[in-house]
Amino acid sequence: MTDTTSGDSSKTSLARALQLDTRLLGMIGAFVAICLVFHLLTGQRFLTPRNIFNLTIQTASVAIMATGMVFVIVTRHIDLSVGSLLAVCSAVMALVQVWVMPQLLGLGIGHPVTAPLAILAGLVVGTAIGAFNGWLVGYLSIPAFIVTLGGLLVWRNVAWYLTSGQTLGPLDPNFQLFGGINGTIGVAASWVVGALAVAASLWFMWSARQKKAGHGFTVKPLWAEAVMMGIVAALILGFVAILNAYQVPVARLERIFAARGDTLPEGYTEGYGLPISVLVLIAIVVAMTVVARRTRFGRYVFATGGNPEAAALSGINTRLLTVKIFALMGALCALSAVVASARAANHANDIGTLDELRVIAAAVIGGTALSGGVGTIYGAILGALIMQSLQSGMAMVGVESPFQNIVVGSVLVLAVFIDILYRKRSGALK
Amino acid sequence: MTPLVEMRDIALSFGGVKAIDHVSVDLYPGEVVGLLGHNGAGKSTLVKCLSGAYRMDSGQILIDGQPVTINNPRDARAHNIETIYQTLALADNLDAASNLFLGRELVSPSGFVDDDRMEAETRRIMARLNPNFRKFNVPVSALSGGQRQSVAIARAVYFNAKILIMDEPTAALGPHETRMVGELIAELKRQNLGIFLISHDIHDVMDLCDRVSVMKNGKLVGTERVGDVTEDEILGMIILGKKS
Repeated sequence: MTDTTSGDSSKTSLARALQLDTRLLGMIGAFVAICLVFHLLTGQRFLTPRNIFNLTIQTASVAIMATGMVFVIVTRHIDLSVGSLLAVCSAVMALVQVWVMPQLLGLGIGHPVTAPLAILAGLVVGTAIGAFNGWLVGYLSIPAFIVTLGGLLVWRNVAWYLTSGQTLGPLDPNFQLFGGINGTIGVAASWVVGALAVAASLWFMWSARQKKAGHGFTVKPLWAEAVMMGIVAALILGFVAILNAYQVPVARLERIFAARGDTLPEGYTEGYGLPISVLVLIAIVVAMTVVARRTRFGRYVFATGGNPEAAALSGINTRLLTVKIFALMGALCALSAVVASARAANHANDIGTLDELRVIAAAVIGGTALSGGVGTIYGAILGALIMQSLQSGMAMVGVESPFQNIVVGSVLVLAVFIDILYRKRSGALK
Repeated sequence: MTPLVEMRDIALSFGGVKAIDHVSVDLYPGEVVGLLGHNGAGKSTLVKCLSGAYRMDSGQILIDGQPVTINNPRDARAHNIETIYQTLALADNLDAASNLFLGRELVSPSGFVDDDRMEAETRRIMARLNPNFRKFNVPVSALSGGQRQSVAIARAVYFNAKILIMDEPTAALGPHETRMVGELIAELKRQNLGIFLISHDIHDVMDLCDRVSVMKNGKLVGTERVGDVTEDEILGMIILGKKS
């Protein structure tokens, strides 16, 4: 990869010393550029704590599913049914909350077991449907495109049938904590989480370095390691600082204090801090990255994507692997459904409509190759962020709806074209 | 002396076509047996029954005189049978170490894949097999034909194979690398491995093998000691399908 880049400019050698992926740098560059352009076009309203906060909670649902879509596409499959799966999971969870728990079991509204049981039910349903899709693909050899195209229709309408097309709500108050603005952990806890994340990242980077050195491999220079650690720490703490800087409106604080029977003290302010939905996303990203890079399952996903025949000859059960991948995708659809329906505070029939396209686009913009074998979790997250920034940026600028979609569609095609050019130049694609 | 491998009366059909028609071959420790024949003669198919890539319809496989069942590549590996496929069977998007340990990853005590240890092991075996090999941190798609071949060979030798199947191991190689493969085969023979060598190249086979089994149209034409026959006689068996 890097050995074929001819550049000897200071920029590439710096990237090489830091062992940064040039492709990742390009994507971050594109993302930053988009943000800056919208910041200027919107009269500096884009890069504000409030808008960044909104961007993260709007991205969470698609981003969660995009991490699973990476595995699906890496193994040369596709899943067109994720939006419909999300709808089924959302419907089941809503039914548990508004019908099963309060009416069938007679538990009161807001009973502490309601939210956990609803989420568990959603996870079971999502995983089961995903595994079923995987079984159709892996064991019956029906192309994933067809299985999930059928699933797109089937599951969306199963969700409709389950709820008789009604909007179910309001959802359980504890469940709604996963929705974003209604569930944040506050300033102090956010700093604690940020500090722990920094400590964990630095420890991880240092121990990885020690381990490599222990095997006698060349490691990057100490200064480069220090720079990387500094960048990582700054990014984490900067992100926390921005979300902490978004202040809860005074009117809302007054209501909160009034509900407790207090009055709002003069000059009292409070930041939102990290939303729980974003914490869920971060946990999933970390977990999926570990799965992709540090587990046999992840290794087999990439090996099968690179050469299915070689994987089978190495004793990998590629059929069962397919079932596992789609089951994982289904579980992620369920988690995504938690975030999406909690954010809306109810289950509506059209929840997750067209999400399959957003999720696939996020993965593909993030560098996941449809030809298989190539893709990263962080890439898919960046892809989801780029898409969401474009969409909400254009909405803020006042671009008309049809043009928003025209731009997003064109960006998808352009991004893949640039990726092909990049891979040709770097020799990864012949 | 019991043969290391005995394949008895193996038959396999693909939709009515008899790919292997009741073939028996055997292999002794420290011996190289060449499998010769035209394209489609059934040589690769026969050894794929041994490596677990195909399941035979009928017949018996004995290892050290014991009947064994080989239903998939994992079973074959469990019997210390390693294969170097003609296509090399490498995942192009992964690096050398990931390919070498594919399906048998080294894991840390916590159960995670230990890439550093796998790379260290890969460096160790490569230093022996192909000392010029440097590209440990790039996908194998970036390697030359010879380098890829050495990764495939390393994978077969690393895990203490007792039985080695080499399907056209020199097809993609230049003269220098072909000589290296020859030296490797001689060394593995001294270590008492049994090797099935599939090749088109009759000279290779005459140089490297102790016996040759010739196949045509899925049938075994015959098995001969290399010292007892001439190249022309072998050629006659390949082309005419009978002993002259």
